[in-house]
Amino acid sequence: MKKTFVLGALTVAGLAAGAAQAATVDDVKARGKLNCGVSTGLVGFAAPDANGNWGGFDVEMCRAVAAAVLGDSNAVEFVPTTGKTRFTALASGEVDLLARNTTWTFSRDVDLKFTFVGVNYYDGQGFMVPAELGVSSAKDLDGATVCIQTGTTTELNLADFFRVNGISYEPVPIETNAEAQQQYLAGACDVYTTDASGLAATRATFENPGEHVVLPEIISKEPLGPLVRHGDDNWGDIVRWTLNALITAEELGVTSANVAEMSGGTNNPEINRMLGTEGNLGEQLGLEADWAMKVISAVGNYGESFEKNIGENTPIGLARGLNALWTEGGLIYTPPFR
Amino acid sequence: MPTDTSNVAFVRTETLPEKAPPASETGIVKWLRENLFAGWANSLLTLLAIWAIYIILSSILPWLFGGLWTTSSLSECREILQGRVGGCFSVLTERWNQLLYGFKYPNDQYWRPNLALVLLFFAAAPVLFFDLPRKLLIFTGLYPFLAFWLIWGGAIAVPIVALLGVVAGYVVFDRLGKQTFAGGFFGGIAAAILVWVLGMALIPETASENALLESVPSRDLGGFMLNLMLGVTCVSLSLPIGIALALGRQSNMPLIKWICVVFIEFIRGVPLITLLFVASVMLSYFFPPESTVDLFLRVVIMITVFSAAYIAEVIRGGLAALPKGQYEAADSLGLDYPQAMQLIILPQALKISIPGIVNVAVGLFKDTTLVSVISMFDLVGMIRGPILASTEWNGVYWELLGFAAALFFVVCYGISQYSQWLERRLATDHR
Repeated sequence: MKKTFVLGALTVAGLAAGAAQAATVDDVKARGKLNCGVSTGLVGFAAPDANGNWGGFDVEMCRAVAAAVLGDSNAVEFVPTTGKTRFTALASGEVDLLARNTTWTFSRDVDLKFTFVGVNYYDGQGFMVPAELGVSSAKDLDGATVCIQTGTTTELNLADFFRVNGISYEPVPIETNAEAQQQYLAGACDVYTTDASGLAATRATFENPGEHVVLPEIISKEPLGPLVRHGDDNWGDIVRWTLNALITAEELGVTSANVAEMSGGTNNPEINRMLGTEGNLGEQLGLEADWAMKVISAVGNYGESFEKNIGENTPIGLARGLNALWTEGGLIYTPPFR
Repeated sequence: MPTDTSNVAFVRTETLPEKAPPASETGIVKWLRENLFAGWANSLLTLLAIWAIYIILSSILPWLFGGLWTTSSLSECREILQGRVGGCFSVLTERWNQLLYGFKYPNDQYWRPNLALVLLFFAAAPVLFFDLPRKLLIFTGLYPFLAFWLIWGGAIAVPIVALLGVVAGYVVFDRLGKQTFAGGFFGGIAAAILVWVLGMALIPETASENALLESVPSRDLGGFMLNLMLGVTCVSLSLPIGIALALGRQSNMPLIKWICVVFIEFIRGVPLITLLFVASVMLSYFFPPESTVDLFLRVVIMITVFSAAYIAEVIRGGLAALPKGQYEAADSLGLDYPQAMQLIILPQALKISIPGIVNVAVGLFKDTTLVSVISMFDLVGMIRGPILASTEWNGVYWELLGFAAALFFVVCYGISQYSQWLERRLATDHR
């Protein structure tokens, strides 16, 4: 009698734990909306337009997950977070997913108990200097004044870089990117350093971008990617494979334009498996069979999203660089859909 | 001495007509000589000042009047200007609604906050200008509930229940308070809470779905509207709380005195931004995700608590400035504590405290921009976040922040002018 009670209690506890683990996707479905944490505003990555519609490279990640789970890329409640509130928002359950140019680091992954599902942008810290300074390498910057955002990893990377190269610098601490732009343009510092994507975006807004150069050195690794809470692996899988679907689609030449046609069946079995015409990958994730088709028709593949938001034809004008597919010399690579 | 006019050739019998004073002693010339060019040092300073004003205006005026208002992006502005000096004010016209209402308030519902703002003037008038008929105060009492309904929309039953709770609390306080103040106070609070709990339980869940006014969640509020809402709510709540705290700090009852002292000293010792972080970040750990207190409410509580502590100290200064004779006079007239405070002490103490209170109010209103650091999109949050991060407007600073400064200046200058009027109006001491 006592034993059965203990067993029963264990079963209930096990079921409860199982329910708690599987909860996120069910919560999202029950709510009919994905709560997605984004930046309060970062050029090209996340910003609302004049009509209040969010757009940007990170925002597309949210829309892709919403399309996969709910079949509607607009069923997203965007929760703007600052650098200071982002982790609490995710840990407390206010958001289901954080897609906010967050660097994947050991302590964030392990200590803060988050799961980074992948990398959607490989960034790195760079330097921008006025062209008239005639500097061609960051190693020539001995004695320079450097504008740097306080309290970020860039500050530590900078100190490391100058120490390793045995040169000195004078930091000019600033709070926000906007302030940095003004200080740099006003000549308060010789060099501005932040993530290379940020430098490119900043330079693009200058009145005369040609008068400023971004130096070739990249002094840190900043892999940015979406993240979820520990403890719900099923939800982590959904987000991870949504990102993988975007990348694989580019690799296989599936675009938002031809995805409808291809979902009728092709002679490439991997495309068929991904788009749900063969196998049961969607079912294994707990989603509809055509989940990936919805994702790609809603936001396009990785390359399309990149070109639309931050690519060379946009004012930000980032080259693919490290973020090219592995087949084209970049780092963007996914496990196969099998 | 006798006067003999017979051997004098000419005697003027009428007075000469008045002559105009010398040109240098009249009109603008005199004013200029006395005020601007009295002595060489003065003249030198005047010339320097004119030069400085010229330098400033010659750079600002072309920028202001040569600005563009209709382009669709900063790069387009630059193309049209071709290096000419001029502001890119198009950002203000394109993002006008976002600056005023935030980017999520439904576009077709802007009339609601507008109406609430217009009604605010009517509601505030009888409080600010006490020559107006006292009956208008009834509308002032109804206004918070009306404004809540206008801005947030949803089921009209919610503000009605809130109003009924307040009325029930007041009635109980009025009845019981005649015997003992404490009985009335706690009885009133209990009655109000009872009505609220019962009333909220009676409102059906679906009431907000097909309500007369579309429901708008707090997260969708933003822009200057949010600053005004926070400012007005927190100032009007923190005044009574601040008075209560100031009186409590002077109380003879140790428990009340120490609660007030600890509260005031603790809140004054903590920066506002810390309190805001607690409101937005820490509290979400304590509540389950589905049942958190509304973020707007949390922020209002924190800002109110903060400014109430400051106002309490300002009013304590006013209380301390009153001669002891005033208290003794009240006692000798046989007035009890509430009467003495209401009729003799507070009217004088508050009058002394007006400049300090206005100082806190102006500071508080400007401090509402701090909510931008906890990802609420007030005016500054809108500028720093979404607008500067859009690909069209990244790089526009002076126009946006100048606009924000202008809006805040208008409101704060208005408050300060009102307080000066109030001081003149209350000047009864013929000093």
